[in-house]
Amino acid sequence: MVLPPVNTDMKESPRLRMEGVRKRFGATVALDGVDLRVDSGEVLALVGENGAGKSTLMKILSGAVAADEGKMWLDGEEYRPRDPLEARRRGVAMIYQELSLAKDLSVTENILLGMEPVWGPFLKRPEMKRRAGDALSQLGRPDIDPNISLGKLSLAEQQLVEIGRAICVGCRVLVLDEPTSSLTQTDIRHLFEQVKRLKARGLAIVYISHFLEEAREISDRFTVLRDGRSVGGGPTASTATSEIISMMVGRSVDDLYPRSARKAGDVVLEVKHLAGESRPVDASVSLHRGEVVGIAGLIGAGRTELLRGIFGLDRIKNGELRVAAYVGPASPARRWAEKMGLLSEDRKHEGLAVDLSIADNLTMTRLPWLVNPTSQAAESRKWIEKLGVRCRSPRQVVSDLSGGNQQKIAIARLLYHDVDIFLLDEPTRGIDVGSKAQIYRLIDELACRGKAILMVSSYLPELLGVCDRIAVMCKGRLVRSVAVDQTNEHQIMLEATGAMEMA
Amino acid sequence: MTTSLTQKEARSGTSAADFSAFLGTMGPIAGLFFVVAAFAVLEPRTFLTLDNLQIILLNTAVVGTAALGATVIIISGGIDLSVGSNIALCTVVIALCRLHGLPPTAAALLGIAAGSCVGFLIGTLVTWFNISSFIVTLGLWGAVRGLAKRLAGGSEISTPKSWISHLLQMLPPGQRWMVLPPGVWLLLILSLFVAGVLRYTRFGRHVFAIGSNEQTARLCGVPVARTKLMIFIFATVFAGIAGVLQFSYLNNLGDPTTANGYELNVIAAVVIGGASLSGGKGNVFGTLVGALLMTVVGNGCSKVPSLTNADQDIVTGAIIVAAAAFDQFRQSRATAK
Repeated sequence: MVLPPVNTDMKESPRLRMEGVRKRFGATVALDGVDLRVDSGEVLALVGENGAGKSTLMKILSGAVAADEGKMWLDGEEYRPRDPLEARRRGVAMIYQELSLAKDLSVTENILLGMEPVWGPFLKRPEMKRRAGDALSQLGRPDIDPNISLGKLSLAEQQLVEIGRAICVGCRVLVLDEPTSSLTQTDIRHLFEQVKRLKARGLAIVYISHFLEEAREISDRFTVLRDGRSVGGGPTASTATSEIISMMVGRSVDDLYPRSARKAGDVVLEVKHLAGESRPVDASVSLHRGEVVGIAGLIGAGRTELLRGIFGLDRIKNGELRVAAYVGPASPARRWAEKMGLLSEDRKHEGLAVDLSIADNLTMTRLPWLVNPTSQAAESRKWIEKLGVRCRSPRQVVSDLSGGNQQKIAIARLLYHDVDIFLLDEPTRGIDVGSKAQIYRLIDELACRGKAILMVSSYLPELLGVCDRIAVMCKGRLVRSVAVDQTNEHQIMLEATGAMEMA
Repeated sequence: MTTSLTQKEARSGTSAADFSAFLGTMGPIAGLFFVVAAFAVLEPRTFLTLDNLQIILLNTAVVGTAALGATVIIISGGIDLSVGSNIALCTVVIALCRLHGLPPTAAALLGIAAGSCVGFLIGTLVTWFNISSFIVTLGLWGAVRGLAKRLAGGSEISTPKSWISHLLQMLPPGQRWMVLPPGVWLLLILSLFVAGVLRYTRFGRHVFAIGSNEQTARLCGVPVARTKLMIFIFATVFAGIAGVLQFSYLNNLGDPTTANGYELNVIAAVVIGGASLSGGKGNVFGTLVGALLMTVVGNGCSKVPSLTNADQDIVTGAIIVAAAAFDQFRQSRATAK
């Protein structure tokens, strides 16, 4: 059998190759020899804990920073972009977690931003429309109206517009950085279809994700980064997830979800037919001491709004609410006084004041009239040590820390306040495996000590691993919860997508 | 990236962030030092005299005192454009009180009360109607000035001498033992007070929290609306005190047109001092240095014969932009990882 010549060609010079890439910032070595290769028509999963060097590597690839050592090749030609513009011109496109689109411009204008076809000083509107339409149909979404302003589209659709922009420039290498972190299950499915479609068209795709299951599903090969080095890789299909995790953390993580024997005590939180402004519509749930209750559901089902309503951050329209002995809605300040604490899903914009110090963030809920900075720092140091936060001192600003360590500070606030009822909204979003394991252990320990935990998560294995009971929220409604051993992922997805109603 | 960087920095003991904080305090001081040195070289005989030093401090007191309050507002993410008008209103209120036979102390206290009433109004409008303080105080900038003019009946009001007169005048020979005029001492004491409030009280930490991230403050149970109202009342007390000093500086004159444009000097002093207009950052010491820097430039330019008023404006403007550019450079260094 004769191999097609194109194929042998590709074997010799891959679409993108990086060799011995090193980068130091001052005394700090961020990348210490990274080798990487992606072929045309291939999806490479780039995995690694936070701080392993993924973002620096991508900044080098996109021309935002220059490597100190090492070489890169694009289709056999040496590639050394001076700035992001050159990278884009050479056909390397990045889709970041936070999209870089202009919300008030139309879909068409966004897709062609910076490369509008012009006739003198005038835009060629018809051509713009045609090219944008082409890009959208290539992505399987010709139904998106290219004339409406971008802000009216859902997050998933906005992401497609950004990918459409990359296609329009004629990109050869597409980098997707945590593309699914804010997508619903259906949107993820659709995104994967598009990725497969682009792959079939010969693009080389680098897929960065914390969700190993997803990375496994979509990728052909994987490369693991640890401490700025590429420590392993191979074909995804023939490698077990646990093996990949071991490479990422440099040790084996056998017991990701610890669960001690726990005993449920008194009811400390009782929610009956709670309704907010638009979400939730009708939610009832109860929480006992020593118990972890999980709330599953799609994005937009109203899970976050339920927690916010309970905590007094959103207005409640209807329903009954009882926290320990206190009845009725209350302000966040009252809730803290009632020994209830909320961990926000949006760490950067709500959970933490990232420009303030660790100590200020940690003690904000319980400051005395007169603040003694020394004891404030000492108190913070205690929790920093207990949770193993990597930082220089309690006076360091939070934005200096990695995602996982920031999350630990946000959680430490609840521990410092010594709350009895924990409302945790996506407690492990966007953090590395090591920190995740630590948070799971902490949740278990808290439950054993008789604390009550109500936890929202979009990551089902985590809910099934950590919780005692799971409630599924669908379109603002939450009716019943079941013991974790009486349900499974399939069942939960059925309920979450509302498929149960039809059946 | 951040983890590995900070870990390794922890080991080596120094860090970009610490260095940046160091630059943050040293920057304004270095700027002040440079300007003083430049004028000392250009005009050693008229600039570098004890009398002139006293004049510089005298001229700093009003803007410096008002800037203490503005520091608190700006750290909380707000702004007060009405501070100049507020100072004028205070001088008018004090003068009217004096004309109606009130003792100087009562007149001064009523003047300060008038200032804080404006703060109460700002705070109420900002929190109740959820309008940005920029817009509210832009409106009050004109309205308060108008109120002062109406109260004064359109002209200056001169009043008899009292202890207030001595606050911000050159020390008479018999009182040289005080070293500095009482108003300057007052500024220094108030500075320590505000620095202490910002650092050691719950109110002060809440100011930083609201300015850094209002959402987080709300999540943490900080009474955001009440704190904002308190911030504006607290800050305008200092505008009121600045009004008392201005009254003294003007030789017991209630002048509805005085302190015109001071709001910009006040904001410039705070920003040169290292505060960020987006909130969450700022310190009293920097503000004082910033206020002093602005006076030194004005005073120095008037001593150099070849420099005119126009040159002074250009230099002051350049310093403000340079300070902001320096701060940006410092921050980008701190976050370049």
